[in-house]
Amino acid sequence: MVVDAIALHSTDNVATTVQDLVPGQMATVRLNRDVLQVVIQEKIPYGHKFALRFIPQGQEILKYGEVIGRATADIQSGCHAHVQNIESLRGRGDLPKEG
Amino acid sequence: MEFMGYRRADGTVGTRNYVGVLSAVVCVNEVVENIVRQVQGTARFTHHQGCCQTPLDIGKVNHALIGLGRNPNLHSVIVVSLGCESTDLSGVIAGIQASGKRVEHLVVQEIGGAVRTAAQGVLLAQDMVREASLQQREPFPISELVLGMKCGSSDTTSGLVPNPAIGVASDLLVAAGGVSILGEVTEFIGAEHILARHAVNQTVAKQILHLVDRMEKRAMAVGEDIRGGQPTGGNIKGGLTTIEEKSLGAIAKAGSAPIQAVYEYGERPTVKGLVVMDSPGREPEILTGLAAAGANVIAFATGRGAPQGFPFVPVLKITGSRTAAEKMSDHIDMNLSGVIEGTDTIPDAGKRILEELVRVASGGMTKAEISGYSNAMDIFMWGPVI
Repeated sequence: MVVDAIALHSTDNVATTVQDLVPGQMATVRLNRDVLQVVIQEKIPYGHKFALRFIPQGQEILKYGEVIGRATADIQSGCHAHVQNIESLRGRGDLPKEG
Repeated sequence: MEFMGYRRADGTVGTRNYVGVLSAVVCVNEVVENIVRQVQGTARFTHHQGCCQTPLDIGKVNHALIGLGRNPNLHSVIVVSLGCESTDLSGVIAGIQASGKRVEHLVVQEIGGAVRTAAQGVLLAQDMVREASLQQREPFPISELVLGMKCGSSDTTSGLVPNPAIGVASDLLVAAGGVSILGEVTEFIGAEHILARHAVNQTVAKQILHLVDRMEKRAMAVGEDIRGGQPTGGNIKGGLTTIEEKSLGAIAKAGSAPIQAVYEYGERPTVKGLVVMDSPGREPEILTGLAAAGANVIAFATGRGAPQGFPFVPVLKITGSRTAAEKMSDHIDMNLSGVIEGTDTIPDAGKRILEELVRVASGGMTKAEISGYSNAMDIFMWGPVI
């Protein structure tokens, strides 16, 4: 079985690609011993992430079962999930200090 | 398991046997380079500090130079000074001598210029290298290994393959009675709650959280989003989106052993097992910090291919990316891409890393040593140059 991407935890809403993926492709995603199928909507380079399901703006992004950031826009299933639609919640000296 | 190492007077064991030539201040780097260039068997440490800095940072320079001079991979040491620097030359010499090593020093403004100092240094270093070369390697248990861990030029494969595999190797070394040092506190941000759960007790857990809070506040004081600096532009190209994601991959190097203690930058562990040391993630500063803490071998995970080694501590480069292993073959020592391709597993890869570290500790050369790619080092500073 050729694996196209890896998800690391059952709660993850993104998967990491281990191949370059192209729009329209049915990606095989390994999650431990299970296999998921996701239709890819955009070009996803090797090592990058795509949404495993619809992620609304403001929702936390989960990888390793942990929060890695927050969606700054709606991300459709199979779309590229990266710096253009995810922000970090840490080291943000640019944000006003919380009261 | 045993390795072949060099016995030192203070009970530590070296994996290399160099005469170290250390700069006391940035202004004498050229003199150090001229000495090292002309004497086989020497290793340099040059940096950009030692003058016009706050007392806090000068203290860090003194402390780092003592730690580097005491590193068991140095048989003996020459400290080169300009004569007007802020570095405490006599304190550094005394600190290194406390380990029982021969320590010599050269002061450029007393000897009379860089040319005469380099000439004296070359003659002195020749004598010291001859003395060092007579020492033989002896067998030691791997409990005498002090492993430094680092990842650099990471992409998403780093957190999937080489970092967890190094974690397995670290666990095996800790189980055998060795020391394993985890640095890169910037790359705990977003994953510190997991590391705190690994702490042996509440005090150590609080110390870990304090280090991360201190590092994050220092970064935030600049008033900008750290993205682009952490994760780096290269990390982002490689698919890492946020510091939290990078951190969750980076801390896989910790393996599953309990964290026994937390140390400041360059501080020598006084316990066995897995420990945390304050340091940033950038190569010149963390590799120096690990060496100053007494690391005699370093395991370095990379995703895109990072070339840096250290002048007198072997740095083993390990990747999970076939692309990096093939394109950056002059820098990569171990290719674990079989884990992603399904022909290898993390536990097997981790066992092979430990075996390779033992071969390297016994004298096997790493790519960074063979190519001599190790000179752009520095000491981690907090304050401004003033």
